[in-house]
Amino acid sequence: MNVIEPTGPRPKRTSPARVGLYAFLAISALFFLAPLYVMVVTSLKTMDEIRGGYILSLPSELTFAAWTKAWSSACTGLNCNGIRVGFFNSVRILVPSVIVSIAVGSLTGYALSFWRVRGADLIFGALMVVAFIPYQIFIYPLVRIFSMAGINQTLFGIVIIHTIFGLPTMTLLFRNYFASLPPELFKAARVDGAGFLQIFRSIMLPMAIPMIVVAVILQVTGIWNDFILGLVFAGRENLPMTVQLNNIVNSTQGERAYNVDMAATMLTALVPLVVYFGSGRWFVRGIAAGAVKG
Amino acid sequence: MPGFPRRLTSRAAAGLALLPALTILLVAHLGSTSWTIWISLTSSRMLPNSNFVGLRQYETLLNNDRWLVSAQNLAVFGTLMVVGSLLVGLLLAIAIDQRLRVENTLRSIFLYPFSMSFVVTGLAWQWMLNPTHGIQKLVRGWGFETFQFDWIVRQETVIYTLVFAGIWHAAGLVMAIMLAGLRGIDEEIWKASRVDGIPAWRTYVSIVIPMLGASFATAGILLSASVVRLYDLAVAMTNGGPGLASEVPAKFVMDHLFERGNLGLAAAAATSMLVTVVSIAAPLLYARSRARTAETRR
Repeated sequence: MNVIEPTGPRPKRTSPARVGLYAFLAISALFFLAPLYVMVVTSLKTMDEIRGGYILSLPSELTFAAWTKAWSSACTGLNCNGIRVGFFNSVRILVPSVIVSIAVGSLTGYALSFWRVRGADLIFGALMVVAFIPYQIFIYPLVRIFSMAGINQTLFGIVIIHTIFGLPTMTLLFRNYFASLPPELFKAARVDGAGFLQIFRSIMLPMAIPMIVVAVILQVTGIWNDFILGLVFAGRENLPMTVQLNNIVNSTQGERAYNVDMAATMLTALVPLVVYFGSGRWFVRGIAAGAVKG
Repeated sequence: MPGFPRRLTSRAAAGLALLPALTILLVAHLGSTSWTIWISLTSSRMLPNSNFVGLRQYETLLNNDRWLVSAQNLAVFGTLMVVGSLLVGLLLAIAIDQRLRVENTLRSIFLYPFSMSFVVTGLAWQWMLNPTHGIQKLVRGWGFETFQFDWIVRQETVIYTLVFAGIWHAAGLVMAIMLAGLRGIDEEIWKASRVDGIPAWRTYVSIVIPMLGASFATAGILLSASVVRLYDLAVAMTNGGPGLASEVPAKFVMDHLFERGNLGLAAAAATSMLVTVVSIAAPLLYARSRARTAETRR
């Protein structure tokens, strides 16, 4: 391919305003990136280097010892099995919670959009209102109800909890999506004699795949990042990674191993970061769709 | 009528499909809320009882130092965090909107903190602000020997460190919302202002920003919802300390429920939080629906 090199002076486009703009953006970018950078370099240093050096300096030699220790032998209380325990707990909570909450949300959204069920608007309105209520209002009664049902502090219980608190956003997402589809689609299927579930399974769900992707992104990051619900409802055996991370870092006796703390923090941040950087614009789309609340 | 029973069963199926949602609404949401409000009117301690005491728990709450500190902290945090995030987010959105080649990279950088949990955010900032090893030491190392930045361990300033971390976490979200708003503005407005020779900043201040009403309301609603829920960040970053200096209402409720065994007081505190949310969210929702109607009319 021939490249024609331009000749003569460059056209001047760098006005002082433009320079100011770039400076502002560069400083902001540094401010936003600084904590991530500091976490990574701290996790790769030895404790001697952390004590003697500065937070911004690069490690003099790379050591992944802190990462290994954080993963497999960091202590919470008397147990020294590392944050991997929390990681696998979070995975066990995450997978069923994402599936169940999206199943219930999409079904509810579908029933609310196409089927003129009596009180549909009331149900939808109520769901949008409860999305704003602080969790603290619900927590004690739910603990009591779950205890009576024998599911408090169990994996099943925490899955139900995530379904309960994910319902408003999930319903909103799917209802709005189904409401944007041409109603003729639904009518034609009805004329052909398709029933409630059949239309859902063979027409609506395949069409809603983009929304399902958005919902998965929202729920994976949301449930992975949850702290308070896991703390209260998951039970000692199933504490999610965020709770275990906080225990590792904030309840250490004696001198704290900052490199191990930061490695554990990075490990906990990894899943949402991978989802975020892997999904690109889909993440923003999810936020935008979830932000239409109310 | 061959189609009739089929139609009927489909209708019934639609009703059945709403059963989980209805149960959740009635039991988990409505039921729990009323139960909590009822408990707040009783003298319940470790276990709920039905000894009605009127508003006495609320009286106790208003005389409880820790609650007063928590409520004040929430007001300070909420105001500064919402205003700060809106401001930073808006500036970032405007800066990014200047047709940059690196737009996508910058968007990713500004928004990634929002994908991480408050626990991670809190621990990262706790480390950055650590007076012995963090920013203070760094700046002193540059030769400013007397530089002081120990806000996180001082009672009078610790709440501002939470604001800092909060803005870092949420400003990208505001940016995304504002950017969507800016992109939705008619190009003709820009052309007209350029023809009239109005400087760009003036167009932003007097014309464009006032048109972003709905975006402001959306961002405001999302931010205030997260402000009232403020719990994870405070627990991870400062655990309410030093002393009581960074206690927040959500933590007050949790501690009184699970550690101090004072259900009645916890319920009164939770109900007060609910009232606060309603009184903040209702006007915002109303403002947004008005802004939306105004936009469609335009």
